[in-house]
Amino acid sequence: MGQRQDTHDRRNRGLWIGLALPGAIWLLVLFVAPFYVMLSVAGGGINEFFQTVVPVWNPLHWSSWNLSAVWHDIVGHGAFIGPPAFRTFLYTAIATAITLAIAYPVAYFVSRYGGRRKTLFLVLLIAPFWVSYMMRMLAWIDLLQQGGFFNSALSFFGLPGNTNWLGGKSVTVILGLVYGYIPYVILVLYAFLDRIDQSMLEAARDLGLSRWRTFWHVTIPLSKPAIIAGTFITALPMLGDYFTNQLLSGAPGTTMIGNVIEGQLGAPGETGQGAVLALMLLVVLLIPMTYYVVSTARTSREYA
Amino acid sequence: MASTVGQPTVAPSRAEPVVQRQRRLPGGNPWRRPWGMEGFTWLYIIWSILPIAIAILFSFNKGASQATWQGFSTKWYIGKQVTSVLHNPGLHHAVIQTLVLAVLTTVICVPIGVAFAIGIDRWRSRTSNGLNFLMIFSFVIPELLLAVALFLLVTQALTFIRLGTPAEVAALVVWNISWPAIIVRARLVSIGRSYEEAAADLGASRLGAIRRVLIPLLMPAIFASAVLVFASTVDDFVIVEQLSSTANTQPMSVLIYSNVHGGLSGPALNALATIMLVISLVAALIGFIGYRWMSRGERTKGGAEALTGIAGM
Repeated sequence: MGQRQDTHDRRNRGLWIGLALPGAIWLLVLFVAPFYVMLSVAGGGINEFFQTVVPVWNPLHWSSWNLSAVWHDIVGHGAFIGPPAFRTFLYTAIATAITLAIAYPVAYFVSRYGGRRKTLFLVLLIAPFWVSYMMRMLAWIDLLQQGGFFNSALSFFGLPGNTNWLGGKSVTVILGLVYGYIPYVILVLYAFLDRIDQSMLEAARDLGLSRWRTFWHVTIPLSKPAIIAGTFITALPMLGDYFTNQLLSGAPGTTMIGNVIEGQLGAPGETGQGAVLALMLLVVLLIPMTYYVVSTARTSREYA
Repeated sequence: MASTVGQPTVAPSRAEPVVQRQRRLPGGNPWRRPWGMEGFTWLYIIWSILPIAIAILFSFNKGASQATWQGFSTKWYIGKQVTSVLHNPGLHHAVIQTLVLAVLTTVICVPIGVAFAIGIDRWRSRTSNGLNFLMIFSFVIPELLLAVALFLLVTQALTFIRLGTPAEVAALVVWNISWPAIIVRARLVSIGRSYEEAAADLGASRLGAIRRVLIPLLMPAIFASAVLVFASTVDDFVIVEQLSSTANTQPMSVLIYSNVHGGLSGPALNALATIMLVISLVAALIGFIGYRWMSRGERTKGGAEALTGIAGM
């Protein structure tokens, strides 16, 4: 990276801008603009007669009518948004914890002890990544239905085998979330753990640390970025999930915030409130998302 | 594991090669294979693959049951008059729509994303940093929020982008643009600038150097990202569900979702899901072979590296 290169870059600036332009326009028109429309719908009104949305484009004229309606639904009398919102964070927290507890040992084992069979392990770990989410849920619906294999297996071992697992059980939804998102996490964890310098671990062992203490004092600190990245890539999509609970339960007792947003968006006269709720979720997620984006950008700059 | 803690550890001498350390040392060997973890890994693999294998198996079931095997048959694919994938218009429309969306999205998304990555990497300024942030944001935002925002955009503002295939493709491109952008950018960084400079010193124009030197070097990354965009579009559900209009613009994932609770019978849905799986696996296989072939000259790329390369890491 010398002076000469800088002048090269400067002279060709027009070319670089030209190359970046189509992607930049696409992002501005279809990523930034949509959220402005969302704000305009949230701050807009409705056509009383047709019950359709009337967006207000000027920020100075935005009303807080939808916002107060949603706020009333969250904390007011007969609030119906509170329980799904609480459930969303609870499910996400439990499912993320279980996902990491399963994914970490698997990724750790394959990256450190995969040996000659590493390619085989990787094929098997990547396989679910290529199976669509819908099919993986469909497979569990087949297994968990009444008279399905899971109940048969339970009664084979003398346990009650007539449970309706798909009838609105939180445990089914949480395990469905784990099953759905775990392949991505394992791959991300593996990519990080595989880069840990083995000689660090050997040094720790040579200096007399036991297996556990090596793991605790060397491996865990070194894999902190992997755990953070894994937490983000599981938790963020889970917070916006609305289909896993629909597929595996469909009962009102397991709805999440995504279902409320989706429902309001399609309901006549409530689109604006759906927009407000989506924006609220976005605001809550903005801090973790920014943290993740900044740390990702920093890592890629360090590599450069 | 605990057994080694209390005992005085026999420190292996340094000269001894690592390979021999792994198994030969008597009890208390700190380098022994962790059987517990290996068993756990295999349990995980079984848990992750067995349900899918059973679903595939039962798509070939003669009866409509999902739990009792009644003999092999392909009637849910081609045989049955009304409810097989071949004969049910809704089902085979969904297959076609999925393929149309995947091809269109890949063809539009990959060139834009690659050009974006090169441009952002070289045009170092505040603006390019901002655009880079924006691109990574599009990668981490929950899909539902983006889908809802895009739905409002095309219904309230840019109504010339009609719901259905146009809106679906426009949205899938923006949702997937981070794959080529991130993967190609990482590759650009690892290639460095020397090849391009050599080409420039030898008299190539800047554009010529990009076309003749940089693009061939980027080919494995471009190819891997194309495979990922294709597969992720086949798998996509949230965006296409929000932005599809009539039944004709519903791809396979949406059709499966809306028929799970009642509607089409189980084996036909399993057959549809199996077709979806085959499409993804063919893409993955092409990707794996192509990636190995394209990066054949470099170091000794093993299978493991090609696999992680194709998975976008």
